[in-house]
Amino acid sequence: MSEFLMPSLGADMDAGTLLEWYIKPGDKVHKGDVIALVDTDKAAIEIEVFEAGVIGELFIDEGKKVPVGTPLALIQPEGAGISQETPLPIAKEAPGFVVPEAISTQGLPQLTTEAPHVSTLMLEEAKPKPATYRATPAARKHALELGIDLNTLKGTGKHGVINKADVDAAVIAKEPVVRLAETKRQRVSPLARRLAKELELDLQAISPGKNGVIRKADVLRQADRVPAAQSVAMPAEKAKLEPKAEEKDARFAGMRRAIAAALGKSKREIPHYYLSQPIDMSKALNWLTEENLKRPINDRIVPATLLLKATALAAKEVPELNGFWQEEGFKASSAVHLGVGISLRQGGLIAPCIHDVDQKNLGTLMLNLRDLVKRARNLQLKSSEMTDATITVTNLGDQGVELVYGIIYPPQVALVGFGKVIEQPWAENGMLGVKPIVQATLAADHRASDGHIGGLFLMAIDKYLQTPEAL
Amino acid sequence: MITLDMKQTIFEVLSTIAPEVDPSDVDPSANLQEELDIDSIDFLNFMMGLHEKTGVDIPEKDYAKVATLNDCISYLSTRLV
Repeated sequence: MSEFLMPSLGADMDAGTLLEWYIKPGDKVHKGDVIALVDTDKAAIEIEVFEAGVIGELFIDEGKKVPVGTPLALIQPEGAGISQETPLPIAKEAPGFVVPEAISTQGLPQLTTEAPHVSTLMLEEAKPKPATYRATPAARKHALELGIDLNTLKGTGKHGVINKADVDAAVIAKEPVVRLAETKRQRVSPLARRLAKELELDLQAISPGKNGVIRKADVLRQADRVPAAQSVAMPAEKAKLEPKAEEKDARFAGMRRAIAAALGKSKREIPHYYLSQPIDMSKALNWLTEENLKRPINDRIVPATLLLKATALAAKEVPELNGFWQEEGFKASSAVHLGVGISLRQGGLIAPCIHDVDQKNLGTLMLNLRDLVKRARNLQLKSSEMTDATITVTNLGDQGVELVYGIIYPPQVALVGFGKVIEQPWAENGMLGVKPIVQATLAADHRASDGHIGGLFLMAIDKYLQTPEAL
Repeated sequence: MITLDMKQTIFEVLSTIAPEVDPSDVDPSANLQEELDIDSIDFLNFMMGLHEKTGVDIPEKDYAKVATLNDCISYLSTRLV
């Protein structure tokens, strides 16, 4: 029997909430199977197992928050004799073992006791039992956040499965007054809404512009009018009215805390050095335009894919930047798992990885990237994607930034940045022309490598982008 | 009538890209990518969604012609027969 522990899903995680078990005692699992959903400060992550076997006892109930390293379940490894080591269902949750938190006791699904056992492995006191309802992971998470007991809900999904909309419906039914206040909504442009949130301005207090819609200009006008003290007082007032917004704020605060912890550690411990290199993108972009003409819309490739592939090939070529800083020093990785910084629509940032980027063709990579962005935005990531990155790329080009110097995400030792592709005067072979240029930057850990190595790495990225057909 | 349906179709696709946005709040003459703060992958997904719903394949060179909501409506409407 081996113990399956609460994994660390990043330098910023010290505890996780077990939202949902996808397996039950007696289930056979294969390496890489997703067996549980764990909530971190940043996102709910699907946890994969690293060995094949049969699930034994589950130690932690859904909804409990436990520190990293806490045993979550027993797994009988494949091939091991089942009879020789029957697990005793000892209560491993000693008092004080579990991190107490309001969320872990609120609105959790009540586990029923009459559910039939499937496992012959388990003794009679085995736990936990499946609940009587069926709900989608999103609905469970949503219910947990909002304090809704799923047992009280009727699912409207296929086969009576409770979905997120059902949870929302329950919230509306539960708090009619609050919801009414919310339905008297204003017409606000998305940009204005975000701006108002950033400036902590109350939208109710802003007078709309043309067509009765509040726009950016209206928000800025209000920002000038409202004294700082008053605008700061607003969120608290708003929070009273909108419990849902409060939940979102809590998630947002958790996200900021997690980012603060990881990057604070990075800046304290890692002696960064920074390099930059302008790269002529004309060959790469011309090639891509031609290539995309040949591709149906579903197979089209965005320029970021070329940048990712070139970075991965360069990381393979210059291994001093690809790997982890550990206690005994730098350990290079033979595989290139590229972390990709993805900004979340609700605020914050997450950097899950695409595995083996150096081995994949552009079409596959594009599919991987689209899938990853989609899942990151919906907070549906896997544990291996959160932990395996050997080097990370941030691409702020879409937002129009020319140059980005990143902060290394420990335990990695390098972060590559790409800005916006901009047409610039470019001298070459004694001639002056206008070329599309991207600024590639490198933030690297001086404990693991020196500037010379970093320079070779950026030159390698440049080299690969000059032969796009080979990417 | 066609314009109305087209607008509805575009809204449906938009809501899958930026679920928190109420499309009726979007300024129809503003640059969609800026207004919604979406990146190139979101935009490609938007193009793919429109293709799926309308059958119109918008080539990359025409992306500038579908930059705003109004542009999208007229571009797609003239190509739907």
